[in-house]
Amino acid sequence: MTAVPALAVEDLSVEFRTRSGTVKVLERVGFQVDKGETIALVGESGSGKSVTAFAVMGILDPAGRVTSGRAMFGGSDLLALSEAELAEQRGRELSMIFQNPRTALNPIRKVGQQIADVLVRHAGATRPDAPKAAIEMLKKVRIPDPERRAEAYPFELSGGMCQRIMIAIALACRPALLIADEPTTGLDVTTQAVIMDLIGELAREAGMATIFITHDLALAAEYCDRIVVMHAGHIVEAAPGRALFAGPRHPYSAKLLAATPGETATLDALASIPGSLPDLRRRDLPACRYSGRCERRIDDCVRPLPHREVGERHMVACWNPL
Amino acid sequence: MHVLLDIDTLAKRFPVGGKRLLHAVDDVSFTIGRGETVGLVGESGCGKSTLVRLINRLLDPTSGGIRLNGTDLAGLSARHFAGNANRARIQMVFQDAGDSLNPRFTAADAIADPVRRLKKLSGAKLQRRVEALADMTGLPRELLSRFPHQLSGGQKARVGIARAIAVEPELLILDEPTAALDVSVQVVILKLLEQLKQELGMSYLFVSHDLNVVRLLCDRVLVMYLGKIVEQGPAGEIFADPKHPYTRALISAIPQADPEKRIGRLRLGGEPRSPIDPDPKVCRFYGRCPKGEPQCASEMPLLRSVGPARQVACHFA
Repeated sequence: MTAVPALAVEDLSVEFRTRSGTVKVLERVGFQVDKGETIALVGESGSGKSVTAFAVMGILDPAGRVTSGRAMFGGSDLLALSEAELAEQRGRELSMIFQNPRTALNPIRKVGQQIADVLVRHAGATRPDAPKAAIEMLKKVRIPDPERRAEAYPFELSGGMCQRIMIAIALACRPALLIADEPTTGLDVTTQAVIMDLIGELAREAGMATIFITHDLALAAEYCDRIVVMHAGHIVEAAPGRALFAGPRHPYSAKLLAATPGETATLDALASIPGSLPDLRRRDLPACRYSGRCERRIDDCVRPLPHREVGERHMVACWNPL
Repeated sequence: MHVLLDIDTLAKRFPVGGKRLLHAVDDVSFTIGRGETVGLVGESGCGKSTLVRLINRLLDPTSGGIRLNGTDLAGLSARHFAGNANRARIQMVFQDAGDSLNPRFTAADAIADPVRRLKKLSGAKLQRRVEALADMTGLPRELLSRFPHQLSGGQKARVGIARAIAVEPELLILDEPTAALDVSVQVVILKLLEQLKQELGMSYLFVSHDLNVVRLLCDRVLVMYLGKIVEQGPAGEIFADPKHPYTRALISAIPQADPEKRIGRLRLGGEPRSPIDPDPKVCRFYGRCPKGEPQCASEMPLLRSVGPARQVACHFA
């Protein structure tokens, strides 16, 4: 299989200016997503998962600044596009599903209209045709009784339904790249399973590249082709889900797995990760931001982070991997 | 085992206009033993929160009994319960410590408040009690003067636990205590809860969406669906061999890294039935259940024993 990259992020660094100093949120982050591939960005809060997505989408907070890097998508660098050019791409080629569907949807507009709006703006649908096309989309995300539900406001629908509306909006224009930022947080496990199946199915059908942001490793392993592990603004490991579960190579990935409750683990067997994230405002941040918490630290760890290929599509950024 | 909490055909029906009633909790019965951890699972809207609020007496039940170690609590109105001596016996750890702590209280104030009100301590004695509680929950004493926004998620969780155990409750209700935490912090808090239970001899009612956490912590599990308990039994048995189709769907929905374990999983279609004036003859799960035989639409299945400690409400289990 020849993989065609849909998105290639290279060398991406992002800083946030705050009153107490400059926070180096992302440093030289690089990964790629192929057409039809689903990757997961996983890590604890503060690891930079969402900032990575926001930077690619061009929706960083005004305090944030991209200091280096490229995000190549369909022959152009998303980070170099003007706001107007980006606005053309977003919604049509690039799409995003946000964490909380209730706050991301317009509360005073009927959900059918919200889907129709996207179709009119980006897919060249005409106003008279759009409502019908919106109902088609509702059918696609398997909302029962779509004609009636199109007339509903978000508050009249359950969380799972609202998330399906979000998915319908995100997928309305058949985007080439979908970013889903914790799309199932706050949903029940049964609903989560249905929603994840649905995203996966639609992605496969349309050959869409998907970046799925989550802190749930098992969820990432079940639904994604590859898992990219982030820690304090660095990518520390990237590997196919099974390889990562079978043999994590970065000490942080291993600790993260050991802290995740699973089927067989007992409470005693679970271990927390010692230490905490380094203060990203420090001027003298170590080359490896995990080294302060790491038990496998060696003298080499002060050198710039390596990117070692340790297996089939398996990269680890560590001088002393497991 | 000595029974601590005895819930007997407890019901809460909310009027929703006209003569219609929303059956939030519908004739639920179960017990919690002394020192036992019981998990309560089910999807949003199934009545978990209402049940919890009935038990800790923030809501008045429509009918049924709540007995804590023989003392009847259902007869006391929620309004008067706050000043009642029994208030200290049931305490609660809320879902998101960030939202449930008073932003204008320091950690010390938050922990001291229930002790001052319910144990009538003050001055140096109160101070000592607060420090002892901080030590017990692993909160560094120098953080006691901080406000919630100056604390990390894990530290706020510790404050939430410290204030709940401050008045030495016999029953601690935990409502998704780790849902807002990262996995590495979650482990620490779960271990703390387990250790406190051993030290203080409390019973836990543990409400959670995360079945992997329930499996770790709970001795017994109650599965709730639309106001009814549809299955209950020892945690190990429920996870290994779920009998009710809804329990099977719940367990099937736990994400699996290993593709071989994904075979034969059950996915739920459809939408849940309305909890407003539900037909007393129809199984609450009818319409979403893969079984859905005619009997399910004509006769409500009741909880029945299927093993020494197991009960299921399904005609076909």
